[in-house]
Amino acid sequence: MSLITFDPARVPSFQVAAKGLLGDTQMRKNVRHATTVIQNKRAIVVDEMPDWQQLRESGRQIKEHTLKHLDFYLQQFEENCTKAGGVVHWARDAAEAREIVIDLVRESGSKEVIKIKSMTTEEISLNKGLEAAGIHAYETDLAELIIQMGNDLPSHIVVPALHKNRQQIREIFMREMNLPDLGEKPADLAEAARTFLREKFLRVKTGVSGANFLIAETGGVCVVESEGNGRMCLTLPETLITIAGVEKVIPRYQDLEVFAQLLPRSATGERMNPYTSIWTGVHPTDGPRTFHVILMDNARTKILADQESRQTLACIRCGACQNICPVYRQTGGHAYGSVYAGPIGAILTPQLQEMHSGKSLPYASSLCGACYEVCPVKINIPEVLIHLRHKVVEQDTEGFGALNPEALAMKAMAMLFTSERRFRAAQRMGRMAERPLVNKAGWVTWLPGLLGGWTQVRDLHEMPKQTFREWFEQREANDGK
Amino acid sequence: MANSVAARTEILRRICVATGPVADQAAIEAEWRGIDREYKKVKSVDHEGLLHQLEDRLRDYDAGVYRSTSDGIPTLVRKILTERGKKTMAVPSGIPAEWLPAGVTFVEDTRGDVSVIDSCDGVLTSATLAIAETGTIVLQDAPGQGRRAVTLLPDYHLCLLDAANIVQTVPEGIALLQPTAHLATTFFSGPSATADIEMTRIKGVHGPRFVDVILIVA
Repeated sequence: MSLITFDPARVPSFQVAAKGLLGDTQMRKNVRHATTVIQNKRAIVVDEMPDWQQLRESGRQIKEHTLKHLDFYLQQFEENCTKAGGVVHWARDAAEAREIVIDLVRESGSKEVIKIKSMTTEEISLNKGLEAAGIHAYETDLAELIIQMGNDLPSHIVVPALHKNRQQIREIFMREMNLPDLGEKPADLAEAARTFLREKFLRVKTGVSGANFLIAETGGVCVVESEGNGRMCLTLPETLITIAGVEKVIPRYQDLEVFAQLLPRSATGERMNPYTSIWTGVHPTDGPRTFHVILMDNARTKILADQESRQTLACIRCGACQNICPVYRQTGGHAYGSVYAGPIGAILTPQLQEMHSGKSLPYASSLCGACYEVCPVKINIPEVLIHLRHKVVEQDTEGFGALNPEALAMKAMAMLFTSERRFRAAQRMGRMAERPLVNKAGWVTWLPGLLGGWTQVRDLHEMPKQTFREWFEQREANDGK
Repeated sequence: MANSVAARTEILRRICVATGPVADQAAIEAEWRGIDREYKKVKSVDHEGLLHQLEDRLRDYDAGVYRSTSDGIPTLVRKILTERGKKTMAVPSGIPAEWLPAGVTFVEDTRGDVSVIDSCDGVLTSATLAIAETGTIVLQDAPGQGRRAVTLLPDYHLCLLDAANIVQTVPEGIALLQPTAHLATTFFSGPSATADIEMTRIKGVHGPRFVDVILIVA
């Protein structure tokens, strides 16, 4: 995470941002390469699991059950974590979560923290908040380090720097770590990060992490990672501060047997990720002596209250929907103007911003349904997208909004569609009106005025010379002869 | 932090508004037990098949894999460490003395300053269990396995595992771990790795970049 952030009030709409980004051929090449590699790997390790669909269904049911009884499980987690020596805090929103972290870091007597990659801390722009309070955060995940040193923004949930290729990463490291002779093999780059960060791991006394799972039954916390930077941050500091959205709780230790299978195969196409850490409160002679967990709401309870989109909270942040999405694969993640990009971002972001912003995102989809098919916990993303589009339209047509041109056009359309006579007349008129606009190949690529919004992002096929009804009536008439 | 109490009350209130009042514990537990779990839970191969699968998965992650009887352990350990050029090895307390060959310096971790471990060439530990299907080895804060830092800081990890403690599936592994769920636990699947650069899995960032596993067979 760098100090620049996505400002919901300022980011352009998805459609505007995408148009600009589509011109960045290097970025598109990098995204296409990375998402193709990861999709292929995922397909292999998912295909070898004959019980994959059963695992998905169990994952879905566990999440549904947990969300239904969220207050029970959160309190159970709090009780058990506290018993094991952890300190549980609650934060209503991002600002409150940041304040708690800043207070805790100050209490720990540190002016620096080492951080594990955490989308939740990205969501609340924690690094910027820490910096303003005079605390420097070192990102320790390789991709996050690339983002931080490149003063860039994350573009993917799992692999936040996938829009950068090795040459670009080498340039950033050469500059920021002062390594003029750095090679460009991925192993050279990883080695540079290892050397750069080892000193920080051994020196900095306070760690900050997110969480993949909070286990209500035991009060334990589970973090899933690859590089070992997570283990360093969880083990070596004297104080550990973990921030988790309230939806990260799972009922029992046994439930890990489902998610430990679903997550790595979906996220990185591995049978298992290199490291999974589980700890419970404070372990007297192993790891931090002080452990804090912050349970953060930040609009999650709003999503919980909406029956039709509650399933959004089941997300385990694997990124599979991003890798497969035909829209994400073209635009990359930055077009979404949020740390959560791709299909999950298109439903999560506007809801986290309580439908005040991010309203173009539910339209950043062709509704093809590929995201639903790969989702390890069966979130029906297209269904939620449509639900949110409905909400956006409701907002836009409130009060005087009912007089906006689109709303009026839709009313006119409704009039046409409810009368066969009017509909037939409209078809005849349409065939005449489109004539000057149809090109030789039979496509309309430009429409005048307000209708132009449609053809900016897609072409229209010319209308058929004859409608089905006309053809059918003609056939009946011929048969009669 | 005084406002945390207010925040807690408010968040629980919001949840209550969204989902209705808290159900009673017995009903919630019954509902949890009713969750469909039709996935595979038990092994479908014999013992030799388990060993083969685990070996295959570990090699796939680029770990070295060996088999040894209990008697052969010190000789094999010495051979591996000589080939790897490792002279000073950290060990947690509780490692059987008969595993450790002469000619190598073994430094027992006293759970003090981690720089002692950091300066070792590698670490030798036992393990709680292994999951064959995913090539995963589970370490816990138990005798012979030690605190988490000991298997993290050195660049090389030699892990000895009793082949009787191999299971095939993740559910079998989790079931065995349930009674000791409160211990600090680490699952590792091969050497430290990253795929952050162009989605290519490359060995090694911060954890041990080189891992050898000895399966102790009867």
